[in-house]
Amino acid sequence: MSKTADVLNELDSKNEPALIGYFPAGFPTLDASIAACIAMCEAGVDVLELGVPYSDPVMDGLVIQEATEQALSNGFKLKDLFPALRAITAAVKTPVLVMSYWNPILQYGVEKFARDLKDAGGAGLITPDLIPDEAKQWLDISDELDLDRVFLATPSSSKERLATSANLSRGFVYAVSTMGITGAREDLDRKARDVVAGVKDSGTSTPVCVGIGISTAAQVAEVNSYADGAIVGSLFIKAYLAGGIAVLSSTVTELKSGSK
Amino acid sequence: MSEQTNLRSQEGPYFGEYGGRFVPESLIAALDELDATYKTAKADPSFAAELAELNKTYVGRPSIITEVPKFAKLAGDIRVFLKREDLNHTGSHKINNVIGQALLAKRMGKRRIIAETGAGQHGVASATAAALFGLECVVYMGEVDTQRQALNVARMQLLGATVIPVTTGSRTLKDAINEALRDWVTNVEDTHYLLGTVAGPHPFPTMVRDFHSIIGIESRQQMLDDYGFLPDVLAACVGGGSNAIGLFHAFLDDASVKLWGFEAAGEGIDTPRHAATLSKGKVGVLHGAKSYMLQDEDGQTVESHSISAGLDYPGVGPEHAWLKDISRAEYFGITDDQAMQALKALSQTEGIIPAIETAHALAGVIEYGHNLPAGSSILVNLSGRGDKDMETVGKYFGFLGSN
Ligand SMILES: Cc1ncc(COP(=O)(O)O)c(C=O)c1O
Repeated sequence: MSKTADVLNELDSKNEPALIGYFPAGFPTLDASIAACIAMCEAGVDVLELGVPYSDPVMDGLVIQEATEQALSNGFKLKDLFPALRAITAAVKTPVLVMSYWNPILQYGVEKFARDLKDAGGAGLITPDLIPDEAKQWLDISDELDLDRVFLATPSSSKERLATSANLSRGFVYAVSTMGITGAREDLDRKARDVVAGVKDSGTSTPVCVGIGISTAAQVAEVNSYADGAIVGSLFIKAYLAGGIAVLSSTVTELKSGSK
Repeated sequence: MSEQTNLRSQEGPYFGEYGGRFVPESLIAALDELDATYKTAKADPSFAAELAELNKTYVGRPSIITEVPKFAKLAGDIRVFLKREDLNHTGSHKINNVIGQALLAKRMGKRRIIAETGAGQHGVASATAAALFGLECVVYMGEVDTQRQALNVARMQLLGATVIPVTTGSRTLKDAINEALRDWVTNVEDTHYLLGTVAGPHPFPTMVRDFHSIIGIESRQQMLDDYGFLPDVLAACVGGGSNAIGLFHAFLDDASVKLWGFEAAGEGIDTPRHAATLSKGKVGVLHGAKSYMLQDEDGQTVESHSISAGLDYPGVGPEHAWLKDISRAEYFGITDDQAMQALKALSQTEGIIPAIETAHALAGVIEYGHNLPAGSSILVNLSGRGDKDMETVGKYFGFLGSN
């Protein structure tokens, strides 16, 4: 069973929807990112996504691109991920998923990565550029270690693909709310509702969370009215840049209030 | 190689362990649509006829073969032939793929095409096809490349395309591809991503290869008809690998024909400043496909370096990775200086000015031709003309003042 799904389901049963927060490891430095992540969890994110900086982040908008580029130029190395994960999971109970493009994991070794992730207290992995069709190795080892694995569901996904995403995801399904890449948008795409409905149609009991484009408490509330959680990333980086941990925490609190 | 192997029949998505579709789910529907449209078109005689007509009346195919005996003397006692893709409309092989994909874009009802470009040749070809077919065209180009290929930027603009300089990452071809992929994810409903080489997710490596395979199909027939033999060696430069696979493909099952690919070794294959992906890279995933790539131990892409913008790419098409592993093709590095000397040599011995990319293959002929038995023959894919490179060349040789 998935701790992440438990957390999301419990919020659901209390009619209290969920906020999932993304922050990149190593941004602006490793220690600062650990502190920021702990602060986010303490301020109220229900699930944390710890991002792995990558040289070619095709799914990310400018804000996350610049943050992860800075993390890399400040010396982030993949091996730093695990102590950071350990420090965060030792400090807070919040489930922490790692979000990483596939090549760093491939180079580290899929199985070794999964074991080290588990050892460090990580709940699982979100793989933005790994579709279930290419994921054999990861499906096997995540089953063995009972790790969460989050695949994407998008407005353009066929019915069959939405069902596959739903059936193979554990923890939650990541519904992409607009066709675009990450980056806060003024209006949350109507299409998100269709994607969530499409995933739910498959009969899955796995929670469905909506991400990409969310920037206000009202949007968090809106998403939570039809999905099991709202995923926010770029906005938290902007908040951190605007005023460090203090503004980051107050932004989490503000968005979380929208999810009540 | 056993006689029975049928290497030509590989259709993807995998070539051995390489290839695949390592892309966000958001792109899968578009890739499926493209794959289906392409499969239908491939089986449709009217598509083949339309493409053949355009190749004949617009691109200027078939391209000729030129024997270059004076240049050949630099490579020992061998014969050298050039497949003249430089004589195609827009000046390189890139147009072969562009016309094919633009026809598919129309079949899919897309009104907008986007493209990445390094040297600018693919961007120019894309802008040309967009003008011809009445499509909107946006070209992503690394900021570094917009400077070293300024003439091609002007050509694209003249043709009505919008050129967007990419200022993220290393500001070269790989970052232009990232930006094009981001555009595609966002605008996939009305936009076709006209990828310019045999890299990227399936079906691009297979489809782009097929559109370029006319190079090898024509060459094979021309050699047999005009000279009565097949060449002993085929030589081509390798960036993403499209001109090389275009030449090689028709010969894959001719076991007597050796295949040589020449990558950019930049300042030297043993320095950090090169783009020799197959010679020096490791297996990984970049831009949607598993293949060799230049990367550090964390899987972060390492910046490539080459004097030639079109070869300045840290990845390579998956079919080449496979051909290397099964030893059907061999890949070698050629330095900036070797390429520039070969460029000058062909210009001065034969009156043909090649692109700097192409000059890597010519330098390979000079470097490795000596190892062949006397009387051997090499067919080189003369992938493009050098007009776009005059500023770099002029500076390099001091014709334009500063070195
Ligand atoms: C003339 C010419 N040759 C070769 C290349 C390299 O590309 P590829 O390896 O896909 O043929 C380019 C790319 O811009 C080019 O312009």
